Amino acid sequence: MAERRPAPLRNGAPLEGTVILRDADVGRVVDRIAHQIIETIAKGDFDAVLMGIPTRGVPLTQRLAARIEVFAGVLLPVGSVDITLYRDDLRVRGVRPLAQTEEPEGGIDGRTVILVDDVLCSGRTIRAALDALTELGRPGVVQLAALVDRGHRQLPIRADYVGKNIPTSATQNVRVLLDEVDGSDAVIVEGQ
Amino acid sequence: MKNLLSAADLSRDDAIEILDAAQRMHQVQTREVKKLPPLRGRTVVNLFFEDSTRTRSSFEIAGKWLSADVINVSAKGSSVSKGESLRDTVRTVQAMGVDALVVRHNASGAVARVAEWVDCAVINAGDGTHEHPTQALLDAYTLRGRIGELADRHVAIVGDITHSRVARSNVLLLRTLGARVTLVAPPTLLPAGVASWPCEISWDLDAVLSGKAYGDVDAVMMLRVQRERMSGGYFPTEREYAIGYGLSPQRLDLLGEQVPVLHPGPMNRGLEISSLAADGARSMVLEQVQAGVAVRMAVLYRLLAGPGEVTV
Repeated sequence: MAERRPAPLRNGAPLEGTVILRDADVGRVVDRIAHQIIETIAKGDFDAVLMGIPTRGVPLTQRLAARIEVFAGVLLPVGSVDITLYRDDLRVRGVRPLAQTEEPEGGIDGRTVILVDDVLCSGRTIRAALDALTELGRPGVVQLAALVDRGHRQLPIRADYVGKNIPTSATQNVRVLLDEVDGSDAVIVEGQ
Repeated sequence: MKNLLSAADLSRDDAIEILDAAQRMHQVQTREVKKLPPLRGRTVVNLFFEDSTRTRSSFEIAGKWLSADVINVSAKGSSVSKGESLRDTVRTVQAMGVDALVVRHNASGAVARVAEWVDCAVINAGDGTHEHPTQALLDAYTLRGRIGELADRHVAIVGDITHSRVARSNVLLLRTLGARVTLVAPPTLLPAGVASWPCEISWDLDAVLSGKAYGDVDAVMMLRVQRERMSGGYFPTEREYAIGYGLSPQRLDLLGEQVPVLHPGPMNRGLEISSLAADGARSMVLEQVQAGVAVRMAVLYRLLAGPGEVTV
């Protein structure tokens, strides 16, 4: 049934691949993560901050914060943590442009920091983000929220909040599109 | 990009990328832990054959904040003072397994020669009266922070152009970034061949600053009168130079309120720049020093963090 709707667009150009989520589906998944987060952090009196991992973790963080405010009436501080300089493949894959690191209001010391990323795969991004976080302060607890968990972990890392588990083969690629960056919302699996 | 020898080595995209990266690096200066990991295990040698405070120390800080090991070698107290040749010195240093040489030398073109002799990355930290690309980058960074993107902006560079590597690198980089440049100097302090540079030239500072000569200026860069490089009569007296080409309080009034004033330092107060201009609200001198570290971090990151060339 999903196939009858037009293909999602990325900055105006149609994309190939199997569409797993689109438009409102993405919003519903974000809502589910928001509810899960509320359930957990309500015990800690909402002393938590959301930190997005650029690029798409950042708008995702904004959305989560907005939804959590709607559902729980609490506006969590948001920030971002750029991991480029902490990657373990800089020497292999070369230098890449840096993104914004922004400490959330009130800092991260002693608080629950929820890292937010679009796709969780090898876990190497999260490893780098954990290193980057330690330079910003000493969080009380660090948790991880991912819109999509596609498996293929290479490090002992797991997500605390997952929007959707998508089993994939290693040769496939999961692409998350967000309106703020790509002009539309979708989750697409490319390749075989 | 393996070396940074000239501001002309940078395409517009390269330059913008370095300036953007510098902006991110700048944040580190306000952090409690001023340390980033990308150059872990890399060794940078500052090889300075000429005196320097800010360039050498900012390269050193930049390297250390990126986790590189930084070693300083200056001509004084090294084998250079025993008569070792430049080629032998740099090849000796490189043989110890360094990843980058940051070289300053009093002979124009010396750093480019060094780059031919060694396999590691070479960064020009000023060669004679030729070029000083990282200074141009930090000037562009400072300007960009104050007046926004530099395309179609008009920058006046005033003073001793002949002996200024800063001027040459700035003209090249500002042109690359799309800015318009006017050089202002007495004819004796304009180098041979300046007519072929991509900029306007004037002898009349008041006409340029007031905008009557080439249109309103968006920024002014004052250059140091390099007495150590002057052997003869480039101008009759210092007082006369100050009257003709110094940025006096009266001249400052010709500029708009928001027009920034830059000076690469060290300043000769009362000669090319008055204290009112050097310390006033328009002055960007301290911002330039701050930018120096961020920009040099961005350059080191760009040249050294990637895979690099395998030379074995």
